[in-house]
Amino acid sequence: MKYDHITVRYGELTLKGRNRGRFEQQMFRQIKNSLRHLEGLEFEKTYARAYIKLNGVDYEQAAEGLRRVFGLHSFSPVIRAVNELEAIKEAALSLWESLEVKPATFKVKVKRGWKGFPHVTHELQHLIGSHVLRAAPELKVDVHRPEMELNVDIQPEGAYIFCRSEPGAGGFPYGSNGKAMLLLSGGIDSPVAGWSAMRKGLELELVHYHSFPFTSEQATDKVIELARQLSLYAGKPLKLHLVPFTDIQTRFTGTGQDHLIITLMRRAMLEIAGMLAERNGAGGIVSGDSLGQVASQTLDSMNVIGRVLDIPLLRPLIMMDKQEIIDQAVKIGTYTTSILPFEDCCTLFVPKSPSTNPNLRVVERTENGIAELKELLLKAADGVETVNLDAGKVFRKKTVLQEAEERDWF
Amino acid sequence: MNQEEPLLYFDHCASTPPHPEVIRTLVEVMERHYANPSSIHRLGLDAGRLLGGARELMGRLFGTTSEEWVFTSGGTESNQLAIKGAAYAAKHRGKHVITSATEHPSVREAFERLAADGFEVTYLPVNDVGMISIGQLQEAIRPDTTLVSLMHVNNEVGTIQPIEEAGKLLRQHPGISFHVDGVQSIGKLPIRLREWGVDLFSGSAHKLRGPKGTGFLYVRSGMRLEPLLGGGGQEGGLRGGTPNVPGIVASVKALRMALESQQERAERMRALRTRLLLRLQQLPELIINGEADSLSVKQAPHILHLSYPGMKPEVIVHALEERGIIISTKSACSSRDERPSEVLLAMGYPIPRAAGGLRVSFGDEHDEATVDRLAEALEAVVRLLKPLERGITSK
Repeated sequence: MKYDHITVRYGELTLKGRNRGRFEQQMFRQIKNSLRHLEGLEFEKTYARAYIKLNGVDYEQAAEGLRRVFGLHSFSPVIRAVNELEAIKEAALSLWESLEVKPATFKVKVKRGWKGFPHVTHELQHLIGSHVLRAAPELKVDVHRPEMELNVDIQPEGAYIFCRSEPGAGGFPYGSNGKAMLLLSGGIDSPVAGWSAMRKGLELELVHYHSFPFTSEQATDKVIELARQLSLYAGKPLKLHLVPFTDIQTRFTGTGQDHLIITLMRRAMLEIAGMLAERNGAGGIVSGDSLGQVASQTLDSMNVIGRVLDIPLLRPLIMMDKQEIIDQAVKIGTYTTSILPFEDCCTLFVPKSPSTNPNLRVVERTENGIAELKELLLKAADGVETVNLDAGKVFRKKTVLQEAEERDWF
Repeated sequence: MNQEEPLLYFDHCASTPPHPEVIRTLVEVMERHYANPSSIHRLGLDAGRLLGGARELMGRLFGTTSEEWVFTSGGTESNQLAIKGAAYAAKHRGKHVITSATEHPSVREAFERLAADGFEVTYLPVNDVGMISIGQLQEAIRPDTTLVSLMHVNNEVGTIQPIEEAGKLLRQHPGISFHVDGVQSIGKLPIRLREWGVDLFSGSAHKLRGPKGTGFLYVRSGMRLEPLLGGGGQEGGLRGGTPNVPGIVASVKALRMALESQQERAERMRALRTRLLLRLQQLPELIINGEADSLSVKQAPHILHLSYPGMKPEVIVHALEERGIIISTKSACSSRDERPSEVLLAMGYPIPRAAGGLRVSFGDEHDEATVDRLAEALEAVVRLLKPLERGITSK
């Protein structure tokens, strides 16, 4: 017996009283988008949940897509039967028979969502349970701590029979809480910060700063790869802005304020991100800062750096330990890319002892001493190259022609 | 030689005419991507990316990860790297290895080397159609066995070995690595590496309309191999040396085309083989070697092997050549020596039959008319040679 449907249950959004309808709409669209690469699926929307008719598609394949959809509370592979006692009993038995590992104890749990069904809950549990028991004499009922719960959910359109549930990614549907710019370095933290923000319903555009020729093309390719991995969670196209940062960075090295260079760079980056946010209709900036991790992430540094912005700077990882961040990076699939050994512009020109408590006045004076700074920042923001990513595919102008030719070679 | 009729080539097991698309890819990539794929400049990165693309396609074609593929210089190197590499990497656990009596010389030689180096080699016998038995494989397994190497399709007679069953058996022995020489089966038979529990799998591009000088080896992730060629750490440290980028890209293209049309081509070749078989069965002088029935699960669709017992096979090859038709004796690798075929001897055939082997192997360009021309020519040659049998037979 193969599962013929998936029941998908929505998450936090059920808390959102008046916006609920809109959230459910978004949720439903997200689910469809996340599975659009699979042909033959049918989607059905009901109250606080969705049903996916598999039509022969493998459950695991569909589950893989669903695991990336934010806003889902849980989902289960189910067998759908018509609302008749015999059909439900048969479906329950075939589900039991299809289990590769047979549990020793079980209980039947019936939910009568459709009150028109002729048997009451208690009676149904008994009837279905004894039908399975007859076929499996070694199986025992344990109502307190069963190894398996055989669920029967009776709805007006049919009965859903299932025995396992997988927690969804949680959070809110992608894009349901506004838009922000993510500062994406090549490191471990920023992709995790991005994922966390996306999970909370923020739509993202990604910003990366490169300092060619001090950083390599491979460093940029690595960031594109990280962006590509994040795009798998978006369920719609995602943009990555590549900002040329060489001129600004080399200009700062000439100021004679070596210990402040990180502070100056971070401020410049945030300022450019702010400009890009305004141009792209984003209401905040997301960064991978984690308190105390490096010199620019002390409370004092964050104070001086964050002041350049007049929109919220969100730091999802601020109170997380490094190991927790690494574990999360592994889980979302960005870790192995993040640890590739290409230098990004944040690790370039790093002074021996960067300041952990920069003086705001000195910083501002240094910036004011660079007459052309505003111009350099604008030039960087104007010189952005935008790469588009969609469901794991990369569209970069520079390489489109090249790739067309390469495809032909294979 | 007959001037009007085009040359007919029936030696696809030895090598194949490269596909025009493959030649185009080879030339274009060679012209454009001459940089070393390990270099850090743009040109190097581009060549490296192309190599990555080739590897990714390999993974997709065989349902594996891309990292599990190593590009080599051909089937021989793939076989040698797999066998010596696996045996030496596991030598602290045991020095017993198993193969069959009818392997390709590149496999046989690897085992002879291992034997000379203190390994114990068990050669599994084959039956009269060239198949090993799973029971005998099971009996041959010892606690110190570390490697089993079997060919998927025999390069002389086209016998299909029971790889799936062998894989099933070897799953119960996790300490034994399973190498399969797939040089003659890729593109002709379905291949399911994961499902069959294969750890190492060799292939060669020029057998499936790719260029010469490139081969590939599947190395299941987690397998340890000792490299044959050290050096710059290319191919995941398993094979030093600058990768042959144009050859690899063109090979993967050839492979893709071969795999995509595998079923359809196999059916075509099977029909051609049956057609030829029915004609040749009319000639009492010729005996079919191996499994005659084209529909048998033991027989590859693209090979028909026969003997004219007592007749020197070279004479037939040359007589056909005069008529513009190319077939071969035995396998190309050993066809220049006059000894009887090891494969046919292992199958239990008497010396006259084992020394008189002729191999016809089909390709994409053949159709019913070309097969009929071959049959007519063979009939004529047999008629011609029949009265001379005594004078030119081998001892």
